[in-house]
Amino acid sequence: MDTTELIRAYQTMRTIRLFEETVVTLVNANEIPGVTHEYIGQEAVATGMCAALGPDDVLTSTHRGHGHIIGRGADPGRMFAELMARVDGLNHGRGGSMHAADVSLGIYGANGIVGAGAPFAAGAAWASGAPGAAGEPTTDRRVRRVSVAFFGDGAINQGVLLETFNLAAAWELPMVFCCENNGYAVTTPAAASAKVTPSERATGFGLAVREVDGMDVEAVYEAAQWAVDHARSGRGPVFLDCRCYRFVGHNTGEHMLGLQYRTHDEIELWRGRDPITAVADRLRGHGLADADLARLDDEVQQHIDAAVTFARASASPEPATAMDYMYATPTLTTATRWGHR
Amino acid sequence: MTVMRYQKALATAVRDEMAADPSVCYLGEDVVHSLRGVSSGLAAAHPGRVKDTPISEAAFTGFATGAAMAGMRPIVEYQIPTLLYVAFDQIVNQAQKIRLMTGGQTRVPVTYLFPGSGARLGLAGQHSDHPYTLLAHMGVKTLVPATPQDAYSLVRSAIRDDDPVAVFLPANCLPRKGDVDVAVTVPIGPAAIRREGTDVTVVAIGHLVHEALAVADDLADQVDVEVIDARAAHPFDWHTLTRSVTRTGRLVVLDDTNRTCGWAAEVAATAAEELFHHLRAPVRRVARADVPMPFAPVLERAVVPDREAITAAILETAKA
Ligand SMILES: Cc1ncc(C[n+]2csc(CCOP(=O)(O)OP(=O)(O)O)c2C)c(N)n1
Ligand SMILES: [Mg+2]
Repeated sequence: MDTTELIRAYQTMRTIRLFEETVVTLVNANEIPGVTHEYIGQEAVATGMCAALGPDDVLTSTHRGHGHIIGRGADPGRMFAELMARVDGLNHGRGGSMHAADVSLGIYGANGIVGAGAPFAAGAAWASGAPGAAGEPTTDRRVRRVSVAFFGDGAINQGVLLETFNLAAAWELPMVFCCENNGYAVTTPAAASAKVTPSERATGFGLAVREVDGMDVEAVYEAAQWAVDHARSGRGPVFLDCRCYRFVGHNTGEHMLGLQYRTHDEIELWRGRDPITAVADRLRGHGLADADLARLDDEVQQHIDAAVTFARASASPEPATAMDYMYATPTLTTATRWGHR
Repeated sequence: MTVMRYQKALATAVRDEMAADPSVCYLGEDVVHSLRGVSSGLAAAHPGRVKDTPISEAAFTGFATGAAMAGMRPIVEYQIPTLLYVAFDQIVNQAQKIRLMTGGQTRVPVTYLFPGSGARLGLAGQHSDHPYTLLAHMGVKTLVPATPQDAYSLVRSAIRDDDPVAVFLPANCLPRKGDVDVAVTVPIGPAAIRREGTDVTVVAIGHLVHEALAVADDLADQVDVEVIDARAAHPFDWHTLTRSVTRTGRLVVLDDTNRTCGWAAEVAATAAEELFHHLRAPVRRVARADVPMPFAPVLERAVVPDREAITAAILETAKA
């Protein structure tokens, strides 16, 4: 990455981190209802991956989706508003953390069901190159759109995801499987659930595989560029095994449970490899002074503060609109069900 | 207007929509060679738009969702209707909910076809269900065409609809012959009154419409039966039912799915809530026994709604 790209990556990662720290505060203050899963520690993965995508590309996200959505460029104000269940939220308060989406940016949604979004990415990848698909039919094997499916190491044991690996490989779809291998599915270590590593498994499906240091945004970016180019040029789907770590609990409330599945030493070891500190150090190597970094941090802080202010000012949806958006083509009888209220 | 078998009308609807709209595509197991007879000739006519899928119902159902969000209008064929259970999350928890969950940011115009739904003597426990109730319960637009004309026109409406639509094509309807006018449009929603009558309203869906009509003819000199073909398990046309029951004061509901929490239970309960003062007799249901389909044909006949049970229900309701 050149200095400009690295600065942009730093800003994105800082934005995700501060967004998530603010989410924790807002959850604890009961300003955000429901359950949220923080992305803290994994910022390099979404940032590096999204930096390699073009404007028409599509991604599917997970229950731990805030990083993907902000990394792809969604507005943090509308994202906070969504988490706070307001009408100006990305989904007008109908989705929340686990379903947040911005289809205009190709974000086909976070997903509350582990592994379930990956086949959407496969379908969208196919649609971009299929004859008769929306948009220009392709004349050569270069395709307009590449899809990225994000998922965790735990998802790798879900049938629908494994089916999608196979289908994507068999049909040579232009897509990237981005595995955020943070070592745990809630409390269960990856090794307790699978005999082989995610990369070994992906290799068996016929996917092109790379293992990536998911704590290093430049390494992720470099692998992501290779993967997206591989897919876009018609050489088939790619699997990136991004080794990373979440610094906090599985979700915001986990610390209340006092679970002991990770040692203090292990957490501290990974925190010592904080991907944002690493980028800051590299930027110093590119000639930035501490004051420059402090200024970047201030800008991010102001951006997040303004986003929270925007979200707080937004109204709650009217109860009478609870059934809005259910159907794209409402019929007389779907709309006038007797006595639903 | 031509006379066509139901199965042919279904295939013609798909063929005509594929020809009319280049974003329509067809996915399923063994569809290139048209094992189920719905996609004959499609792969040759539209190379690239007809895909034989791996035996991965969850993945290809989700694949259709993503393709639909990206602008396609996929049709998904399930080789066996009970494969719905394998794909259930991808239909009811994903495709059906995405529009609401995204606050209307996207549409999911997918058509799920379940050809040969229901019991067919001897297919036993895992191949005999007729699971439209499950999707209606989840708010999925769920059609069960009874006639060749509806197989043609409702399937075309389903493909053109911007929401997920499931179409169950009863095994007992596939060989039926009837007039089909390809110029006729049948919208999703309205029920059809197949026989007018004044004494008892029978509401049926799928092949039971024909059973109801046969029984109504048999009973013609005793009871004047009105037969309503619901056409859709959801949305259900309450207005047509209300108009009919307001006149007859008597209602029998026919439903070839399990009795407990079945589609007929919903129709009967709502009629009891809303039409109580018009009813002159208790609402009756004729439904399947709550049992996995036993293999022996004699046992199968014993647990699905048949003319004998329908006749008894109509006569009891007429007398009550
Ligand atoms: C199909 C399914 N099973 C179980 C759950 C409950 N659940 C939510 S997140 C999670 C762990 C997922 O682990 P992983 O894929 O590694 O993602 P991570 O949380 O580590 O980011 C589980 C079991 C679910 N949401 N979906
Ligand atoms: Mg994990």
